Amino acid sequence: MLQQVVNGLTLGSSYALIALGYTMVYGVLRLINFAHGEIYMVGAFIGLTASQIAGLPFAAAMVIAMAGAAVVGVVVERIAYRPLRKAPRLAALISAIGMSIFLRNLALAVMGPQTRAFPIPFEVKQFTTGRLRISSFDVLILLTSVGLMLGLHFLVHKTKIGKAMRATAEDKETASLMGISVNRVIAFTFAIGSALAASAGVLIGMNFNAVDPSMGMMPGLKGFTAAVLGGVGSIPGAMLGGILLGMAEVMGVALLKSEWRDAIAFGILALVLLVKPSGILGRNLQEKV
Amino acid sequence: MPVLELREVSKSFGGITAVREVSLSVNPGDILGLIGPNGAGKTTLFNLVTGIYSPSSGEILLDGRNLAALQPHQITNSGLARTFQNIRIFGQMSVLENVMIGRHCRTRSGILGAILGMPGVKKEEKETRERCLELLDFVGLDVDPDEKASNLSYGQQRQLEIARALATDPELLLLDEPAAGMNLQETKEITSLIKRIRDAGKTILLIEHDMRMVMGTADRVAVLDHGTKIAEGSPKEVQRDPAVIKAYLGDEANVVA
Amino acid sequence: MMISPYYYQLLVIASINAIMALSLNLVTGCAGQLSLGHAAFMGIGAYTAGILTSVYDVPFAVSLIAGGAVAALAGLIVGLPTLRLKGDYLAIATLGFGEIIRVAILNMGITGGPFGLRGISKHTNLALAATAAVLVYWTMTRLMNSRFGRALTAIREDEVAAVAMGIDVTRCKVLAFVISAAWAGVAGGLFAHWFRYLHPSSFAFAASVEILSMVVLGGMGSLEGPVIGAVVLTYAPELLRGVSDFVSRHRMLFYGALLVIMMLVRPQGLVGAGVKGLRAARLSKFQGFGRLQSSKLGQWIAAAMEKVHWKGSTGSDDSCVVNEHVSGLAIGPGTGSTGTGVGRGGGEENAGS
Repeated sequence: MLQQVVNGLTLGSSYALIALGYTMVYGVLRLINFAHGEIYMVGAFIGLTASQIAGLPFAAAMVIAMAGAAVVGVVVERIAYRPLRKAPRLAALISAIGMSIFLRNLALAVMGPQTRAFPIPFEVKQFTTGRLRISSFDVLILLTSVGLMLGLHFLVHKTKIGKAMRATAEDKETASLMGISVNRVIAFTFAIGSALAASAGVLIGMNFNAVDPSMGMMPGLKGFTAAVLGGVGSIPGAMLGGILLGMAEVMGVALLKSEWRDAIAFGILALVLLVKPSGILGRNLQEKV
Repeated sequence: MPVLELREVSKSFGGITAVREVSLSVNPGDILGLIGPNGAGKTTLFNLVTGIYSPSSGEILLDGRNLAALQPHQITNSGLARTFQNIRIFGQMSVLENVMIGRHCRTRSGILGAILGMPGVKKEEKETRERCLELLDFVGLDVDPDEKASNLSYGQQRQLEIARALATDPELLLLDEPAAGMNLQETKEITSLIKRIRDAGKTILLIEHDMRMVMGTADRVAVLDHGTKIAEGSPKEVQRDPAVIKAYLGDEANVVA
Repeated sequence: MMISPYYYQLLVIASINAIMALSLNLVTGCAGQLSLGHAAFMGIGAYTAGILTSVYDVPFAVSLIAGGAVAALAGLIVGLPTLRLKGDYLAIATLGFGEIIRVAILNMGITGGPFGLRGISKHTNLALAATAAVLVYWTMTRLMNSRFGRALTAIREDEVAAVAMGIDVTRCKVLAFVISAAWAGVAGGLFAHWFRYLHPSSFAFAASVEILSMVVLGGMGSLEGPVIGAVVLTYAPELLRGVSDFVSRHRMLFYGALLVIMMLVRPQGLVGAGVKGLRAARLSKFQGFGRLQSSKLGQWIAAAMEKVHWKGSTGSDDSCVVNEHVSGLAIGPGTGSTGTGVGRGGGEENAGS
């Protein structure tokens, strides 16, 4: 049982890292960034390249992956979303889905369809106490996730740019009247969200020792589910939603069969949408009339 | 029986009370003006009546029926139509189609009938079309009915919005700052249109920031300030009310007046 | 007139794709709700109809209707909870739903799972597929110029104002979704009885994206747009197959780029929607013009394809090679990775006219 909790926490914290990107972008743009799962995949590939080909240590590979994904995220926003900010919602959504498909198939064309191994570049120790087994990599995943989330919390609540982000999420027009460069804030939001997704990509890629071009789709959908569960637009909600989803999935697989893994996430998504679409910590975003 | 009656309606968001125990009744054939400074709670009250918000306490009755159980679209069906402060026409549809949308809740043609081209459906479409052309004429919108609605001028779009609202056969018409952003001539035209609508037997609740316009149009005026009703009466009475003067002009108003 | 088996097959696929595009257009183009799982409804219809005729000996016509009905029911189940919410949720929910359907088909016994469903007899022919496409086009023309169609457009334009006009927005959206799913189910039945073999990967996310691309390319909200988009995107990959191997292998890459570019440059599509398009359609209705126009459209398409045929094929050998490609890339295990759209189907030899 305790083993399941540890596994759920590990899985959940990586979902939370992905969910944060969805929630932050939704906060400032009111748009689901469909390409977010692909950014996660791109991050994993950059990390793989840095670690395997350049032979960089874990921390350096992670930083490069995050920086690289941040750049990709900003470019995606610039090309596919910014010109459509005032267009009907449907246009932005279609552009987002197009971007997602484009990135996935670009990776497919460049890297090929095969799954690549992504070994952990250091020795993994196993700690065993009674029936509980924790690997040093589990600990690393948890520590990295918690560290990044704390960093994000600090960034959003204690820095000037964080304040600008919150103001933009509240009301774009007023924010721009207050002298905030909305474009820059949105680009920054994409950069941060993408970097977090990339960190999840590297961690999960190493954990499963596998990276491939279509790896972004399922975690992307689950990250979104986690964001909805916690309340889209709420940063603590994304963290909570990620952890809860990870737990639910691990418990569900333990109780049912592993084929049902993905169905659990969607079942939760359907349930939340039916019962409380604003999520656990979300506010009801009422349209102004 | 009043067409619309509010009984001690309150609405709070979080800890802030936007509307506090407001009672109001609009009698058949009246134009009731609802005024108040910015942030007085006019728009909140409006959204309460149209069902976008539900009241925290109190009751809203339309023709004696409590609105609480109704969804926003059902409120329109039961005889209440509105316009929007920041015009919301269907831009990509034609002028005529915009008005025909207003007839939606008064017509019954189904999908199957439309696909099969049943005579009843064709007849209903024809009647709807004619009725809507009449309404365009009534509001004085003299444009090609097949023109794309987004091509109309600001003032014309307001007229179109009113025609669209009238197409739902409302007993009570809610106008949300119909003169906002209009020049003197356009305001005059809107004022005379509002009176013509009243003369055609409709009841009107008019929310307006511009006091002069309300004074010239409304039979009775209610004044909101900080979410409470501070005065109600004929335009003349309200104009002389010290509480109203204070709310609108501040304390030094006494000196000026 | 004789058409080569290759073009005969392409025309059948184009007709089926046109039904798919027209039906998706009702939800996405007319009502403005993005659905990303349209191919799943086709899959439901295809498997339902295919299993009914091959396992239970149900008449073909009945199986088509049953496929449409089951797909419509699925549409109701997915649409009812999600269409109450904002558009974004529908997109994600339909995407997830599509994946669940695919996984469910993979894990069921009666569907043949990953081995596919075999032994369906051939009942679909060009006359039937084209008639169905014309029927859908005609239905959509009627619908879009009705009270219901107006309400859908109003919802697309401004949902808040539509509610204020007394329109039951959720009911209209769900109805549109169910009609759309039903037609997709019928298209699936036609698909099943043309290719005689079904595999879950034909109805995956990639196929939904392909249909969406057709609607977007042709023009959302118009009636001609989705048809033209379907024809172009059925034919273009075949045309490009000989030109560049890269392009034909990475079709999805171009669909992704196409969606973004269309939204940036020409969101109204090749044909363009809006009042003008609708008015033309309305005119056609009142003058009893609809059938003539659609057959005219059919003639135009046939003429265009003939023209491209002249340019595209330099000799009879070429046509043969391309034909082999169509058959070679049959829907089957392992072809799902690069996107197995409707146009990728193939497998059995096809009858001439």
